[in-house]
Amino acid sequence: MSYLKPKFHHPSLKPNKVGFIKSDYEGVISTLCAGCGHDSISGAIIQACYETSIEPHKLAKLSGIGCSSKTPTYFLSNSHGFNSVHGRMPSITTGANMANKDLIYLGVSGDGDTAAIGMGQFVHAIRRNLNMVYIVMNNGCYGLTKGQDSATADFGSISKAGSSNPYPGIDLCGLALELNATFVGRSFSGDKTQLVPMIKAAMAHPGFAFLDVISPCVTFNNNKGSTRSYSHVRAHIEETSLFDFVPHQDEITVDYDEGTVTKLELFDGSSIHLSKLAPEWDPTDRFSAVNRLHAAKSKGNVLTGLYYIDVESEDLHVKINTVDKPLNKLTQEELCPGQSQLDVINDSFR
Amino acid sequence: MKPTNIKDPEYFHKVVDCQYACPAHTPVPEYIRLIAAQKYTEAFMINWESNVFPGVLGRTCDRPCEPACRRGRVEEEPVAICRLKRVAADNKGEVKHLMPQAPFPSNGKKVALIGGGPASLTAARDLAPLGYELHLYDEWGKGGGMMRTQIPAFRLPEAVLDEEVNFVLDMGIHTHFNTFVDSMKEILDKDYDAVFVGTGAPKGRSLEIEGYEEAKDNIHIGIEFLASVAFEHKESVGKKVIVLGGGNTAMDCCRTSKRLGGKEVTVVVRSPRQDMKASPWEIEDAEREDIIIHNNMPPKRFVVENGKLKGVIFGKVRAEYDENGKRKLIPTGEPDMMIEADDVIVAIGQDNAFPWIEKDIGIEFGKWNVPVLDKVTFQSTLDKVFFGGDAAFGPENVITAVAHGHQAAVSIDLFCSGKSVNERLAPMTNLISQKMGIHEWTYDNHIESDLRYLVPHEDKNISLKDRKVEVELGFDLGIGFKEAQRCLNCDVQTVFTEDLCIECDACVDVCPTDCITFTNNGEEQDLRSRLNAPAENMTQDLYVSDTLLTTRVMIKDEDVCLHCGLCSERCPTEAWDMVKYLYNTTKTYTKNGKGDCC
Ligand SMILES: Cc1cc2nc3c(=O)[nH]c(=O)nc-3n(C[C@H](O)[C@H](O)[C@H](O)COP(=O)(O)OP(=O)(O)OC[C@H]3O[C@@H](n4cnc5c(N)ncnc54)[C@H](O)[C@@H]3O)c2cc1C
Ligand SMILES: Cc1ncc(C[n+]2csc(CCOP(=O)(O)OP(=O)(O)O)c2C)c(N)n1
Ligand code: SF4
Ligand code: SF4
Ligand code: SF4
Ligand SMILES: [Mg+2]
Repeated sequence: MSYLKPKFHHPSLKPNKVGFIKSDYEGVISTLCAGCGHDSISGAIIQACYETSIEPHKLAKLSGIGCSSKTPTYFLSNSHGFNSVHGRMPSITTGANMANKDLIYLGVSGDGDTAAIGMGQFVHAIRRNLNMVYIVMNNGCYGLTKGQDSATADFGSISKAGSSNPYPGIDLCGLALELNATFVGRSFSGDKTQLVPMIKAAMAHPGFAFLDVISPCVTFNNNKGSTRSYSHVRAHIEETSLFDFVPHQDEITVDYDEGTVTKLELFDGSSIHLSKLAPEWDPTDRFSAVNRLHAAKSKGNVLTGLYYIDVESEDLHVKINTVDKPLNKLTQEELCPGQSQLDVINDSFR
Repeated sequence: MKPTNIKDPEYFHKVVDCQYACPAHTPVPEYIRLIAAQKYTEAFMINWESNVFPGVLGRTCDRPCEPACRRGRVEEEPVAICRLKRVAADNKGEVKHLMPQAPFPSNGKKVALIGGGPASLTAARDLAPLGYELHLYDEWGKGGGMMRTQIPAFRLPEAVLDEEVNFVLDMGIHTHFNTFVDSMKEILDKDYDAVFVGTGAPKGRSLEIEGYEEAKDNIHIGIEFLASVAFEHKESVGKKVIVLGGGNTAMDCCRTSKRLGGKEVTVVVRSPRQDMKASPWEIEDAEREDIIIHNNMPPKRFVVENGKLKGVIFGKVRAEYDENGKRKLIPTGEPDMMIEADDVIVAIGQDNAFPWIEKDIGIEFGKWNVPVLDKVTFQSTLDKVFFGGDAAFGPENVITAVAHGHQAAVSIDLFCSGKSVNERLAPMTNLISQKMGIHEWTYDNHIESDLRYLVPHEDKNISLKDRKVEVELGFDLGIGFKEAQRCLNCDVQTVFTEDLCIECDACVDVCPTDCITFTNNGEEQDLRSRLNAPAENMTQDLYVSDTLLTTRVMIKDEDVCLHCGLCSERCPTEAWDMVKYLYNTTKTYTKNGKGDCC
């Protein structure tokens, strides 16, 4: 079994704008089961960060517990990282983000980590519009603890042991829409053409960007009758639209047919291009997104692509009006301006 | 694109870049692994079966395998394949008992081999075990051909050559040394069933420009000079020596002169440096011995004073290339330059010469005086006469002569058995899975990042004093091991089974060199531009699967695959397997299963 990756890379792959090659964004060799969807999502994260020329030291990856939460070891080994306790990734990220708003926060969680033990943390991070990317690697089970049904498992989905799930599954995207999340989308680990630009857009979004990525567990939930198996997902996939992301530095080289393409400008000048839209859906209209999702679900389909985006999103720092400078960069003098200032504040309460 | 036919023996053969490039198709990675396992004897025998002269070639081979080596495409330098061969040869144990043991039961057929160089010796080695009575003729007193007369002892010690020549001659070959064959007719009149001509390209070109007649006592033809040094007929040269020519012969002549008393040895080449025919390492070795090389200077005339050579006058040119890359040397207008010399050695090329083959006996010759031959069978227009080595298509090198010898032996055996020489057997191939357990391979799949190791050289002060002191010292066992570990095991093939693939992308993600892509099928050019990493090296094939469930296909660019097996380790369904591919060119030698050690 190989535990070290060869150092060689394809000679024609060029360094990106900040001088890094793709392997600079990799981590150590994965110890997940061969064929796990989570590894493909790691691959997509690596690809997205390489292509958007993110400087590794300007990103922090945070996770909870689970096979999915182990993945940060397998990507971005030159970035900051925090592997928290089960379900507590959102509060650790909140703290980190409060202290240093200059980093990109990439939270990685599982359906168990988020939809069960971490549910309370998850919903409040959404409500506060914390500026982070929140990826759930959703396999419908607790992979790490040997495949028990998770809270997102579909009603009636058959487990590897043969039992049918008696409970309805929580739809995390539906929940996020309900809670006014500002960026909501779903993707599939086996569809990098869609997933990579969605991760890029999520990173560019100022606020809580939620990506629920269906990610088959090859070992415990890839059996016949499971609604999270590779073959079931492939057979039932339905897209909201074709998705592309154009970073602000890039010129648009692809010719988009104006009539069929919707262009959404993001806060930092980058843009999202959506083509082949379903007519009854508008990505900036939350209600149409909810309806679109229900329409797909009623057919037993898995709807992927962007669901909803609030292009005017304002994150937590704007809401609570923090200073421009990250708090961890403030000096002693700035943080503690002295007795006379304290007196002024105290007087204001009198 | 159509799905790749991996049953075609040439498909995977091509992936083993070194073996494919080797004229004799030596199974390189197989012996390199044996060296790493300290099995030098076995590594030697694999070489010996393929190329007959591992010790000689491990020092002197032209190494067409090295520029082809995959390692050179993912890193700066190829594996030092040639020098590893020497490690096997230098450290082997007893080998004679592993070779076919003479006497062999006679098959009643007699074959004459004219010339005692590597081509004839290879044919002899391949035919002897089959019971042929073989008669080998050479004008010199010992076998080896130009390996003995031309390659200087400081590159190839006589003892190494003797040992390997004798392995062949000891197989009961009837030698007729010191015998120059001066009539093909006489040979044909004897009752040989077939004749093999391996007489090389023995005629060195001379340069009869102005002043030649008066100076000719001090003007020598390169290959004649080297032969007379090898046989100790010439033991010194003047203090100032000019060597004309830019090939390997020129390099051997200048370095030999340096050892025979030459103090100021200059090589003068008419063309620019990048056009010199000599191998880069030969040029390097010469310069390390303080030999000066001048380029862009064609000789104009020999200067003679008092009836004795004084020097040579050279013009000055620059090279211009037209759109077809054809070169023209254009005078620069600078004044001519005179270089003083006591001796001049002319090393500007060799030609074939067959003054001893009568023109009316049915052997046709074409352009450049080379015989008209079938390129596969080496049969001449006279059906019982076969050619090989430098005699066949002009001067090449030892390994090409060996490859010719093998093929001519196959033809001769077919011919003598009354079969068509075109009824050649397909190469022997074999696919063996390397799987030992989950993620466990029988080969060492870890990729070392080490750069190529340099071969140590003897101290110049010692080697320049005696022409028999070998310059290169070879790798010691430790470095040999490390260099062997640089080999990527290109013969361990990635074999894909589409029925098993669930298209999970695991192999795509893990591949360190981005070789694998799942995409919609298309024409080759279009596909090459759409892969995860553009496949721009057209000499390397794309491995294309049949259509998968999602209607896509798997495409693997063979170009920079590291054969690390990670795709196979990450695949949940064993759709990828790592399979060792053995490819053995057909040789009469292996016909009876003799010496079939791999
Ligand atoms: C200076 C020099 C250096 C070289 N260095 C290298 C090197 O480092 N590596 C490499 O791979 N190659 C090298 N070569 C080339 C290599 O030596 C030849 O390509 C190779 O030896 C050809 O083998 P052969 O069997 O065809 O013939 P040869 O080796 O040329 O052998 C032919 C033999 O037949 C004899 N002969 C010819 N005519 C007759 C006749 N009528 N009757 C009897 N005997 C006859 C010749 O004297 C000779 O002994 C070098 C060549 C030269 C000139
Ligand atoms: C506080 C706490 N409770 C329970 C566990 C046991 N546990 C480990 S991983 C896990 C579930 C992981 O499921 P998920 O987040 O879906 O990750 P997956 O392995 O499926 O990717 C559980 C319950 C734990 N580690 N800590
Ligand atoms: S148990 Fe399932 S989720 Fe965990 S690594 Fe294996 S395939 Fe992935
Ligand atoms: S890496 Fe090894 S097997 Fe591959 S071409 Fe080079 S020497 Fe041959
Ligand atoms: S890892 Fe195996 S199953 Fe997965 S895509 Fe590659 S070949 Fe197919
Ligand atoms: Mg899970």
